[in-house]
Amino acid sequence: MSADTVTTSTRGLQGRVVVERGEFRLDVEIDVRPGEVLAVIGPNGAGKSTLLRAICGLTPLTDGAISLGGAVLDDPAADVLVPAARRGVGVVFQEYRLFPHLSVLDNVAFGPRSAGRSKAQSRTDAAEWVARLRLDDLAQRSPERLSGGQQQRTALARALASGPGVLLLDEPLAALDAATRIDVRRDLSTHLAQFAGPTVIVTHDALDALVLADRIVVLEDGRITQQGTALEVARRPASDYVAKLLGLNLLRGEAADGEVTVDGGGLLHVPDHAMTGPVLVALRPSGIALHTAQPEGSARNVWPGVVDGVEPLGERVRVSVTGAPSVLVDVTPGAVADLHVAPGDAVWLSAKATELEVYPG
Amino acid sequence: MSSRDRSVTSPPWPVAVPAGLALLFLGLPILALLVKAPWDRMWSVLTSETSLQALRLSLETASAATAVAFVVGVPLAWVLARAEFPGRRLARALVTVPLVLPPVVGGIALLLAFGRRGLVGQYLDSCCGITLPFTTPGVVVAEAFVAMPFLVITVEGALRGLDTKLEDAAATLGATRLAVFRRVTLPLILPSLAAGAVLAFARALGEFGATITFAGNLPGVTQTLPLAVYVGLEGDPSEAVALSLVLLAVSVIVLVALRDRWLRTGAAS
Repeated sequence: MSADTVTTSTRGLQGRVVVERGEFRLDVEIDVRPGEVLAVIGPNGAGKSTLLRAICGLTPLTDGAISLGGAVLDDPAADVLVPAARRGVGVVFQEYRLFPHLSVLDNVAFGPRSAGRSKAQSRTDAAEWVARLRLDDLAQRSPERLSGGQQQRTALARALASGPGVLLLDEPLAALDAATRIDVRRDLSTHLAQFAGPTVIVTHDALDALVLADRIVVLEDGRITQQGTALEVARRPASDYVAKLLGLNLLRGEAADGEVTVDGGGLLHVPDHAMTGPVLVALRPSGIALHTAQPEGSARNVWPGVVDGVEPLGERVRVSVTGAPSVLVDVTPGAVADLHVAPGDAVWLSAKATELEVYPG
Repeated sequence: MSSRDRSVTSPPWPVAVPAGLALLFLGLPILALLVKAPWDRMWSVLTSETSLQALRLSLETASAATAVAFVVGVPLAWVLARAEFPGRRLARALVTVPLVLPPVVGGIALLLAFGRRGLVGQYLDSCCGITLPFTTPGVVVAEAFVAMPFLVITVEGALRGLDTKLEDAAATLGATRLAVFRRVTLPLILPSLAAGAVLAFARALGEFGATITFAGNLPGVTQTLPLAVYVGLEGDPSEAVALSLVLLAVSVIVLVALRDRWLRTGAAS
C-alpha cells in the first residue's frame, strides 16, 4: 500500500462550500473525519439545508470545492461536478421523503436496486438493514401507515442500505413528538456510532447536537460563528443565540439503579432505571430551581452550591452555580431581584428526576 | 333543511332562472336521444355489418391513437414541465393549438403535411411507399393529432404539481435521471396518466372533422363510428340514433371513470 492511499483513507469530507443565491451567501469550511459526527446548528435561514444540498449534489457550488475521501465531488474552478446519483451520499431528509408507492422493504431496497443489483438481490440486501433497524414486522407496510419513529428508522435504513461514503441528516428528529424523540434520539446515536464514514447532522435542537455529535458548528447567516466540541460550545457560547440554544447542562457520569454518579462530584436521581454504565445526563437550565435556603418539596435532586456568575439573557437571567454538580440555571429577572443572588452567594438547587434525560455516553 | 338554512343557500331568482334554463338546455338533447331511440330495433341495428365494422374500427383506431399519444406525449409533458430550453413557451402554446383549432382545419393541415404531395408526405411516398390519407393509419394520425394535447396537458399539470423532493431523494440513492422518472415519477403521477389517457381515448373516439378531411369515409377502412352516424342520418336516421347512443354510453363511462377514480384521487394526492 502506498503512502498516498493511507492518507486518502483517513480523509473524510472536506472542503469550502460557497453557494450564492441572490442576496444570500453561504461560505463555510468543513472537515469531517471518517467516523466523526458533525452537528450543524443555527436559526432558520442560516443556510443549514443549503449546506447539505451542496454536499449531496442537489445544489451546485458557486465557489470553493468539496471532496470525499480525497475524491473531488464539486469544484466549479476545475469544472468538476459529480451528480448526486454518483456521490454515494446517504441522506435522511427532513420529513423523511419515503416513497409512498413502495413498501418499507422496497424503500430500503431502492438504493441497492439503483446500484444495479437484481430485484431479488436488492431485497435481500434491504432485508438485512430492515432487520438491523427493527423494522422486520413492518417490511411490507406502506410508509403512510408508519408512526413517526418508524418512518425515521425506515429513512435511516434506506440511506444506509445504499452503502454511502457519507451520511447526511437534515433535522432527523424535528417531525417527531417530544415523547418519541427521546427514544429515537437514543437509538439514532447508537446507529451513528456504528457508521464508519463522516456524518453531518443539521438541526436546530441543541439536545440533538449535544447528544449525537462529536463536534458542533454554529451557522448564522451563512457563516460559521462558533465551533468546537459539544461541551466546549455549551460552556462558552460565543453569542446570545448560541447561549440560548446550547445553554444546556450536559453531565458525564456512571449510571446504576436509577442514580448517576457525576464525574467531578454529585449524585443525581434519574427517571431511567434500566440504564447502567457511562452516560450523559442532559438538564435544561430552566428545569432547575434556585433557592436561598434548603428547599422542602418533592424534587428528588437537591444540592447546595455557590453562585459564580449572573448574566442577563433576553427575558431570562442565567446563573452559573459551582457545586456538585456545577450547573447553569435560568431564572426570571424578577426572581433574581427577589432572591438577591450575586456572585459568591450560597444557594440551593433542586431538580425533579423527570427533568433529567439520560443517554448512553 | 330549515327555511332559515335555505334562505342562506338558495340562489336569488335572477340567478336561479337562467341557471335552470342552462341545465335544461344541456340535458334536453340527451333526454331526446334516449326517448327517440329505436329501442325495439336496437339490437339488430347495433349488430349490423356496418355498425359492427364502424365500432370495431373506432375502438382500434382510438386505442392506437391513445397509445401513440402516450408513447410520445408523456415524454413531451416531462420536457415541458421540467426541462429548460429556449422556445419552451412556444412549444407549450403549440401543444394547445389542436385543442382550439377547428378539427376540419386540423384535417386540412394534416393533408398539407402528410398528404401525397404534402410537405413530408411526398417523401414518405417516394422513399418508403407510405401513404397516410384515406387509410386506417391515417385515421390514427388524425385522432392522435386532436387527442394528444389532452394527455400532454393533463400529465404536464401533474408533473408541475409533483413535489420534486421525492425525486431528489431518489437521486441521492443513486438513481439515474431515467431511473428516477421510471421508478418514482411515473408511479406517483399514475392517476393523472390514466386520466390523460382516458380523456385522449374519449376525444379520439369522437373525432369527426379531422378524420373525414384527412382519412375520408370508406366503410371498413376509415369510417369510424361518428362518421357512420353522419352517413346514417342521410340513409337510416334510426340507425344514426342507435350508434349515437353507443357513443353516449362511452362518454358516460369515461365520465364515471374520471369522476370516481382519477380526478378525485388525483386532486387528493
